[in-house]
Amino acid sequence: MNHLASVLAVLATILVIAPLVAIFIDLVYKGTSSLNLNFFTKIPAPVGEEGGGMANAIVGSAVLLGLASLLGIPMGIAAGIYLAEYGRGTKLSNVVRFTADVLNGVPSIVMGVAVYALVVVPSKGYSALAGGVALGIMMIPTVARTTEEMLLMVPNSIREAALGLGVPTWRSMVSITLKTAMPGVITGCMLAFARVAGETAPLIFTAFGNQFWSTSLNQPIAALPLQIYVYALSPYDEWHRLAWAGSLVLIALIVVSVSLVRYVTTRGVLKGAS
Amino acid sequence: MNLRIQEPQTPRTPDQAAPVGGLAAVTASEPASPIRLFLQSRGNSAIADGAFRWIMLLCALSIFAIVALIANELVVSSKLTLTKFGFKFFVGSAWDPVNEDFGALPFVYGTLVSSLVALVIAVPLAVGVAIFLTEMCPKALRGILSFLTELLAAIPSVVYGLWAIFVLVPLLRGYIDPILIKLLSWTGLFTAPDFGIGMFAAGVILAIMILPIISSLTREVMTAVPYSQREAVLALGATRWEMIRMGVLRNARIGIVGSVILGLGRALGETMAVAMVIGSSPTISKSLLAPAATMASVIANEFAEASDDTYRSALIEIGLALFLVTIVVNICARLLVWAVTRGAPARAT
Repeated sequence: MNHLASVLAVLATILVIAPLVAIFIDLVYKGTSSLNLNFFTKIPAPVGEEGGGMANAIVGSAVLLGLASLLGIPMGIAAGIYLAEYGRGTKLSNVVRFTADVLNGVPSIVMGVAVYALVVVPSKGYSALAGGVALGIMMIPTVARTTEEMLLMVPNSIREAALGLGVPTWRSMVSITLKTAMPGVITGCMLAFARVAGETAPLIFTAFGNQFWSTSLNQPIAALPLQIYVYALSPYDEWHRLAWAGSLVLIALIVVSVSLVRYVTTRGVLKGAS
Repeated sequence: MNLRIQEPQTPRTPDQAAPVGGLAAVTASEPASPIRLFLQSRGNSAIADGAFRWIMLLCALSIFAIVALIANELVVSSKLTLTKFGFKFFVGSAWDPVNEDFGALPFVYGTLVSSLVALVIAVPLAVGVAIFLTEMCPKALRGILSFLTELLAAIPSVVYGLWAIFVLVPLLRGYIDPILIKLLSWTGLFTAPDFGIGMFAAGVILAIMILPIISSLTREVMTAVPYSQREAVLALGATRWEMIRMGVLRNARIGIVGSVILGLGRALGETMAVAMVIGSSPTISKSLLAPAATMASVIANEFAEASDDTYRSALIEIGLALFLVTIVVNICARLLVWAVTRGAPARAT
């Protein structure tokens, strides 16, 4: 029984790691074979034509993620500051924290539907702005919670030192406490960023996707995950290849940011501070 | 605060700061520090402090506002079908956009069954991985493995879907499904015809996707079990497996249930990968190999082409139901995990 259990545990681990390895091998193998300069410089070719790339989708994703960060990061950090600095231990902050965790668990497709009703219907059209709002809202809870956790790690002596010098409270929070916790806060922002970078569901009926160049905020805009979705379900081999290449680019982006985050956190975020 | 306001008029600021601490006495003879000069050039801190506090509070409350706004928008936009079909919406199985007859039962069924398939596959594996990582794994390997499982969690849903379409589905159709049909066709769950895409494929890809969440949370709960528990069981002459079963799993069971429910919450709302492999068919069939649809997948696949108001309202109502269900599931899971990792953990009971 003892040995059997050990073997089963090892077997389970291998079974779990196998798909990950398979996904990465397939991505690299199928992605690199169709990744070329055209992919980064050309817009999608019409059906049946060779070539074409995803330049517009890459730029579109950048626009959407920029919008999302503009909305999600400041609001998330501010909420985190409230939770850690003003609301420590109060009932209100407990409820806010709980709501943030719940919001984190709301399916992204529901977020898409809500933003459709909230932004797309009143403005009478799919737009980059709506997509940015949907992604931005999804960033807020993650950013808020990590900011809070990082601020709680800042030693009180630093706050007291700042206040003792006569620095106004708000100034000490922004320039001293937040600055000390900055590496950790950036980590949280990047995690949130990496998470929404791959989101497709909230974009289907907010940003909608676009086969042409567009950076206008009130027009439908292309996005990398959306393009992968459309191409994966298409019946054309050429488009399947582009979908693999797009996935490789997307994954590379995410893996690099997650590894960076891990590198920063394992080195001890607040080593210099304490 | 009053001190600060007077500062610009009196040049003796450093002296006034002197009582604060011993260090200040050293600076008393020197000119004011750059920080103070910089601060003096800024405005009234009483107003700034108050305003800052209010802005932070507003942002914290915005999280509430967002949840309330989502709920409100969903209810308002689905009013048409809410009033027209009432509760019958969730027990009717007709999905006929042309005749405007909508029943969401096939999607509720699809969501439940695909999540159940995912849990049946994922939970034993996740617990196995957690046991391996906490109790058996050499330290060097542990870091690599937990990093790999983290990466698994970071892969976007759409990439899982792409991989599932081109690698997993052919694999299932060619090798695994025939075996299942041969062995288990008597249950009625695995019967031909087999298209590869369908409920089972969706369950498998969901299992792969929720594994990292369940296993990392289970691992957390298991590490929270105090070592004294393990030592006590070992001292009674238990083998390692008995120690894990009685000392660790028994104490961590509530937390494990919590993490499983959290994984369930993710599986219920998972959209893209499922939408890409489930086959999008609003039917209820006993065979897991038949195409089906889930609540999330039907919204993703049909929303953009839903042109008339009733159709759209029906899809939004499905979204509303999904929203409520995932909130309830998440609250349950959070409470359970929280009770174990924060409250009195793992006492011998």
